[in-house]
Amino acid sequence: MDDPIKPARTRPRHSLLVRLTHWVNALVLLVLLGSGLQIFNAHPALYWGHASTFAEPWVAMTAEPKGPGLAGYTQVGGLKVETTGLLGLSDGERRGFPAWATLPGYRSLAEGRRWHFFFAWLFVFNGLAYLAWGLASGHFRRDLAPRRAELSPGHLGREIRDHLALRFPHGRYNALQKLVYLAVIFGLLPLMVLSGLGMSPGVNAAWPWTFELFGGRQSARTIHFLSALAIVTFVLVHIAMVLASGPLRQLRAMITGGETPPPVPGAHL
Amino acid sequence: MTSIPRRGLLAGAGSALLGLTLAGCDQVSRNAGVRATLARAEGLTMAAQRLILSRTALAREFTPADISPDFRANGSLRPAGAAYQTLVASNFADWRLEIGGLVERPLSLSLEDLRARPARTQITRHDCVEGWSSIGQWTGARLSALLEEAVLKPEARYIVFHCADRLDAFAEGDRGLYYESIDLVDAFHEQTILAYEMNGADLPVKHGAPLRLRVERQLGYKHAKYVMRIEAVESFAHIAGGRGGFWEDRGYEWYAGI
Repeated sequence: MDDPIKPARTRPRHSLLVRLTHWVNALVLLVLLGSGLQIFNAHPALYWGHASTFAEPWVAMTAEPKGPGLAGYTQVGGLKVETTGLLGLSDGERRGFPAWATLPGYRSLAEGRRWHFFFAWLFVFNGLAYLAWGLASGHFRRDLAPRRAELSPGHLGREIRDHLALRFPHGRYNALQKLVYLAVIFGLLPLMVLSGLGMSPGVNAAWPWTFELFGGRQSARTIHFLSALAIVTFVLVHIAMVLASGPLRQLRAMITGGETPPPVPGAHL
Repeated sequence: MTSIPRRGLLAGAGSALLGLTLAGCDQVSRNAGVRATLARAEGLTMAAQRLILSRTALAREFTPADISPDFRANGSLRPAGAAYQTLVASNFADWRLEIGGLVERPLSLSLEDLRARPARTQITRHDCVEGWSSIGQWTGARLSALLEEAVLKPEARYIVFHCADRLDAFAEGDRGLYYESIDLVDAFHEQTILAYEMNGADLPVKHGAPLRLRVERQLGYKHAKYVMRIEAVESFAHIAGGRGGFWEDRGYEWYAGI
């Protein structure tokens, strides 16, 4: 700062907009997940293609008689396992996912849909704000685009070994992180919106590609479910990584912005 | 070190907190203000679909090979009451579809009359709000032609379909009866028909005999079965729960294009 010729520009590690959209997205995804599972519970089975093949679902959660009572079962392809208490049957009630996982907890498809579509709009607006800002500010180019040297097998191999040893470089995104974030931001999250639109009869009529892209409305529903599962997996790994790499420092940075990142070795590449 | 009891305490506190949070979620979901706020997204969804998507776009039509052998029937599978049973027994010979309300020429049409009116056959996908889909072939009278024959008055904005089935036996008066409504954009859409045939045969009772609405760009609950009377109205606020349909009165979207 007191260099009269070239004052150091203090840029927070996470800009205000990244922090805002990050936390809005976290809340929105949580609501979308809970309300999405509520909607799924109205017909806890998945199919491929245009129409449902009721006798042969690809995935199904059911409750069937077992001994004197009922047991919950989950079938995936040709595999069927008992999942009483979690899937198919929980708290003595026939339901796909248990009450603690759905919004609302009690059974209400109508309310689940209200929550889901309201927050789907928030998700889209929040995502568009982030994308517009990411492009305009250079956030994607500067922080997320991997440098050529980072993509060399040697470098990636070293990063994988570092991750396995829970050694994390401070302050900057590493190449694995960048690749995963890019895949989520430009792949998984847009896929969520597209497969959602692929289930809308109104959108399907005007834009048939929204369901043809997936091979049918029931396929779109299956992809929507699998993408949600992928997002849940990403978030769990993301949280695990934060816990493993200095949770307080990381949380502080995502709330207050954190300190300016140190210069990148080899940034001139 | 007392790490195990402490861990137990933490886990207990954690699950208590989780329980409170979840109970809180349910309370929030039951709150009238929250419900009203969440419901506002429906207006945005409808406005966006009507603005961005073509209002006359046709729903995808499939081939006979795509027809579902296991087309599921939902809601009422057979209306109760002697009147309907009598109609079934006579193969709907004495049945009449009444078209009234805000029209210049009220109509009373038998099935034969309907079959003589401009018709359309289409193989379309039926999307239930629950998430499943089935494909079926429908033949029926084009609603647009019937409304042109009856001549809508200028103030007519919605078409209401009154049905023979009481889906909620516990609701008082007309609140338990099935009904639906659509606006004129959908009423005059090319694929909006009153189907009297399904898969090349007379419409089965479980699928709404003698007549069901097909409004292809919306979810299944809009496709009213057992249609007895059609009424053109300026507003549906005075009918049953006032939200334009049996399921709408129970919290579902009136615009079911999503």
